[in-house]
Amino acid sequence: MTGSEIERRRIMIVMGVFAALALITPFLDLFLQSLVTEILVFGILAMSLDILLGFTGLASLGHAAYFGVASYASAIIMTKQSWTVTYAIFTWTDSSGLGLFYLFIIGVLVAVAFAVLFGFLAIRAKDVYFLMITLSLAMVVWGLAYRWSAVTEGDNGIIVPGRPSLFGISLEEGLPFFYFTLAVFLLCLGVIYLITRSPFGRTLVGIREREERMEMLGYNIWLHKYLAFIIAGTFSGVAGVMWTLYNLFVSPPDVELITSAEALFMVALGGPATLIGPVIGAAIIRSLQQLASIYVERWPLILGSIYIITIMLSRLYGVDGILGIANKLRSSSAAADNSEG
Amino acid sequence: MAETETALELKSVTKQFGGLMAVNDVTLRLGQGERRGILGPNGAGKTTLFHLITGVLPLTSGEVLMYGQDVSDWKTHRRVAMGMARTFQITSLFPRLSVMDNVILAVQGLRKMKMVMWRPLSSFPEVFEKTEQLLTQAGFWELKDTEVRNLSHGEQRQLEIVLALASDPKVLLLDEPSAGLATGESREMADFLKSLDPNISILIIEHDLDVIFEVASHISVLHYGELLTDGPADQIRNDPRVQEIYLGKG
Repeated sequence: MTGSEIERRRIMIVMGVFAALALITPFLDLFLQSLVTEILVFGILAMSLDILLGFTGLASLGHAAYFGVASYASAIIMTKQSWTVTYAIFTWTDSSGLGLFYLFIIGVLVAVAFAVLFGFLAIRAKDVYFLMITLSLAMVVWGLAYRWSAVTEGDNGIIVPGRPSLFGISLEEGLPFFYFTLAVFLLCLGVIYLITRSPFGRTLVGIREREERMEMLGYNIWLHKYLAFIIAGTFSGVAGVMWTLYNLFVSPPDVELITSAEALFMVALGGPATLIGPVIGAAIIRSLQQLASIYVERWPLILGSIYIITIMLSRLYGVDGILGIANKLRSSSAAADNSEG
Repeated sequence: MAETETALELKSVTKQFGGLMAVNDVTLRLGQGERRGILGPNGAGKTTLFHLITGVLPLTSGEVLMYGQDVSDWKTHRRVAMGMARTFQITSLFPRLSVMDNVILAVQGLRKMKMVMWRPLSSFPEVFEKTEQLLTQAGFWELKDTEVRNLSHGEQRQLEIVLALASDPKVLLLDEPSAGLATGESREMADFLKSLDPNISILIIEHDLDVIFEVASHISVLHYGELLTDGPADQIRNDPRVQEIYLGKG
């Protein structure tokens, strides 16, 4: 099989899995429907971080910042009646069935604005310094969420009364909202996939592999990294708006270090630079949180064990994450079949 | 001396690291199509000089000119856009990408399409044509799907140069192209370098004296960061100071 045939087959598999998910979910109970929706929301966040960590090789420990500001922005414009202009636009768009678009436009724009500013400050740093700067910038956002209570309600967080309708279709029930989330997720997956296959996306991989060579080939490294940072922030913002709509509640923990670290774990666990790997990572981490915590009090132990096993196997096979291990096992069993037959 | 067009000119180029004069007051001129070798023992400042020419390191003082244009304050990618290219002493490829992907990155380096995000790379046939041409010319076409880390050292050294040639450079800086090669491979490398387009101006750092005298018509000798002497290759070969540095002290 040539590379493009393998690629095509992978796309078919992924589309098949999501088609199956769309068919099965109506038959799941409400708890599982909600879990699947949550996984998709965090899947968007993990994929957006994969642009940075997997494709560009930049480990950001502050990715929840863009997720968080979008989440807060969308919650605030839905609920803050004293901000007459934004609230009037919300009620007006909502009454014509376009409220969601308003939320996404504002939420994502705010995330982009933060990414434009923070990226400008962070991109020159490398490796652990980049990690520290993104972390501290995200702490600024957390500080705002926690302390600027006139806008963010501080510790109490913001409760959102309900979801705007989509062209008059109500998304209040779990199932319609699941389908909406799936649609947004697939749109993000498609667009990010296209970006990673584009000439620009390939330059990010080149930067990840060897920055000084890319510079010597005529690339303005800084610009490419900066754009990657903003794109990642943009999709993180989409995930943030989805989180507000899903959870109907935003509070400081959503922008905390824990959320950033979790996103990083999702990418590393599932397999960086694969897009689908981080989604698998999101599925494992969120499921364990929701399911294992019912049965086992110390469920993080299970999560920790999975990390350790994944990392050890990754080292053993010289690959990255669960998806890398799976590919390795499949190709070695295929090789064994070939040698036997 | 009848002046050909000057491709690259260094005027009193100096680089100081703390108390160390890594490159001290080096003035040098590379004519259009000239092949100039740079000789000097380890630590003479040869690679640092390349870093200064390419803009990887900032100058302490002095000037770097390309075709008369002062590029001293330019970033690396701008100098590359003007026609500069270099290879690295320590192989500096994209080890986990295929040979093809390595060359594609080099080919799109100076094209505007490198910023395109909304179309797949496969929809730019001109990039693939150029890549195929480069790979075929260098005899790499059969290896196009091989990951670069699986190539032999000699092949990697050659691919270094293929990447540098992808931008159709006017000024090519080669940093020890035959580093780590066996004698037979060095021979091949020298032939390969001689077969390059004669319009390309080349500055070549090389320890292998056979290679450098084969390729270069003029030679500059660096010693402790300073230009010891320069002149036609034959004259340098017989210069007692050069023989002392290279043969006397080893």
